[in-house]
This record gives sequence, structure tokens and C-alpha cells, in this order.
Amino acid sequence: MNTQTVAYDSKVEGEVIVTRADAVINWIRKNSVWPMPMGLACCAIELMAAGGSRFDISRFGMEVMRFSPRQADCMIVAGTVTYKMAEVVRRIYEQMGDPKWVVAMGACASSGGMYRSYATLQGVDRVVPVDVYISGCPPRPEALLDAMIKLQEKIKNENSVKNLLAEHPVKKIRQDAAS
Amino acid sequence: MNEIEKSELLDRFAYLSERDSSDHLAVNCPADQLIEFCTVLRDEFQFDMLLDVTAIDWDVATPRFTGVYHFYSTVKQMYIRVASDCKDNIKPTLPSLVPLYSAADWHERETYDLMGIVYEGHPNLKRILMWDSYPYHPLRKDFPLAGIETPLPAEDIVGQTNLKVAAAPMMGGPFVSSGDGKMSQTEPKAKDESWNEEKGK
Ligand code: SF4
Repeated sequence: MNTQTVAYDSKVEGEVIVTRADAVINWIRKNSVWPMPMGLACCAIELMAAGGSRFDISRFGMEVMRFSPRQADCMIVAGTVTYKMAEVVRRIYEQMGDPKWVVAMGACASSGGMYRSYATLQGVDRVVPVDVYISGCPPRPEALLDAMIKLQEKIKNENSVKNLLAEHPVKKIRQDAAS
Repeated sequence: MNEIEKSELLDRFAYLSERDSSDHLAVNCPADQLIEFCTVLRDEFQFDMLLDVTAIDWDVATPRFTGVYHFYSTVKQMYIRVASDCKDNIKPTLPSLVPLYSAADWHERETYDLMGIVYEGHPNLKRILMWDSYPYHPLRKDFPLAGIETPLPAEDIVGQTNLKVAAAPMMGGPFVSSGDGKMSQTEPKAKDESWNEEKGK
């Protein structure tokens, strides 16, 4: 049902457009994702490359990188998240207004990567709910673009109205079996 | 050049001893004389730059901790390495070099943080990498690479996420190189190569 197109034929419908609230809301959200670069290590370099003219993230309607969480709705966690930084990542996430999404870019952000050590958080999904994971160390800019397009697909299929009225937070973070 | 400096230093300071080194001039200096020696090094021997402050943990040996300093002379363009044993194995201390070299400030804080060496006379000796309430010194030999379970310092965030500092899964690691030889044969490998996800569960 989500594949329904938002079409308008003035001959049939006159001045009225009939659609579903979800479709309109998601369509608006999906085409104006404002990412916040949470660049913590080497992956951030690839994130910057994705923003440059060669790969050009703006082709997909999400080029307005905001360095303030209050003006962004998609946090791209690019890099190694230490336990000391985990607290900060969470606090910044909370400052973003709803609706908001998180992309875990690279092996480190997704799972701790090669840092099996005392200092590194083993996956940022333990502090913030992650929507899309990108594999690679570092992922190429194309992979980031692919992930952002996947995120747009995901946004397109969300139950926005239901989520609006649902109990918050709608998205859950990962809990270890032991804790 | 190294030889001249070396004999000059060793003749002048009876408490110095030569230290094995495969590159630069290196000496051992007792902790009590470290300030005196480094002052002369800076003012008379023109070693005007402190490059590195670190330490070695010898594990079960005594003395367990050795502080290591690297100085550079921008005038003579040469290096010297000074090593100084800590007398106490439980609470290792060394005199702080901050009054002599301001570069020592953050270096000593790092060595304190990771190795637990207390630099006496340091103006602001607190952790620089780990958070203030962290209870361990992670580069010591008796600290496991994976870490030890510790509470996270931010209580509100723990309340929301249930997060704690946990030991990292080693998954057959640590991944280490077997040593010298052809690069193709000495790539880093897991210590336990029989590990797999099924067994790990
Ligand atoms: S995944 Fe690789 S490239 Fe990315 S932050 Fe980690 S180590 Fe760096």
C-alpha cells in the first residue's frame, strides 16, 4: 500500500488532492534530510568527500550539513566512538528535534571495528537507535550515498502519524543480553 | 658527536650510567637527581626541547616502572634518552619536569593516566584521556586489553540507555603479528584461530 503514488489529475479531481497523511509527511521529510556530521575518526574524511563536488551528496537532497544538532535531523556517526565520547553522542542526539535518524558509518561506529579494547564502545547502537549501518573501514563515499538513499526509502515507509501519537521513544536502542 | 657528549656527561655526573641503545645517546639517571640533571641538560648542554615523556612497565621485575624521557637539541640537532627507575612498585613516583619544560605538562598527565606514575610537583595532575573517575591505569601489564567492567560516569545517560563500560569481546584476538619475517607470513593473526561465532556463543 505504500507504493501508492501521490498523483494529481486536475481534470478528474478539480482543485482537490486526495492522499494519505503518511504519504505527504514522509514525502516532505524524505526529500529534506539535514544531516549532522558526527565525525569522530578517519571515516569522517570519507564523509567530507561525499559532501564534495566529486561525489556530491546534494544530488539526493540532503546536502545541508548542520553542525548544530538543533538544526539537523539525521546524525551520521562517522568514526570510532569511545566510552568517553558515548555520553556526548547521546547528549547531542537528544538535542535533535524529532523526527530524527541515525546512520552508523563504518565498522567502528557499527560494532567497535578493529578496536576490541577498553576504551571503545562496541557499537553506537548501544547509546542511540541506529537506522542504517554501513560496512567498510572506511566505507567509500558511494556507500554512504547508498545508505542515505536507503534511509530515504525507510523514511518513505514510516508510519509517521501513528508514531506521532505513539509513546516515546519509538525507536529502541540495543540492549546486551547480560545487562 | 654522540661520543663527546656521552663521555662529558658520564665524567661530570657520577650517578649517571650508560644505557643500552640501538640509536641515540641514552643514560640512566636516579629519580632523586633527575631535576638537577635535566636542568644542566637544558641550560648547559642545549637540549632545549622535550619531545616525549613515557614509561615502561616491567611487569614482575623490580623496579617495576621506568620513566623515559626524550630530549632534542635544536642547536646540536641530536637526541638524548634519559631513563629513571621509580623506587616504589606500588605507588610509582617521579619528579615533575613541568617547571623545566612546559611540554612536560600534558605528557606527564598522559603517562599518569595510562601508567599510573605520579609526577610530584605537577601543577595539575589529572587524567587526560580516560574520564576522571576511571579506576584503572589501562597500559599497565596487569590490565587486560579488553578492559574491565566499570560504571559509566554519566548517571542520566545510564538511566536512559543502561550502558556500562564492558569488557570488549576479543573474538579469538588480540590480533598480533608473529614477528620478523616476510610480510606475507607475518600478517596480524588471531591468537586463537579456532574461534568462531558459534563457539563464541
Ligand atoms: S571504520 Fe575504519 S576508517 Fe572508519 S573510523 Fe573506524 S578505523 Fe577509521
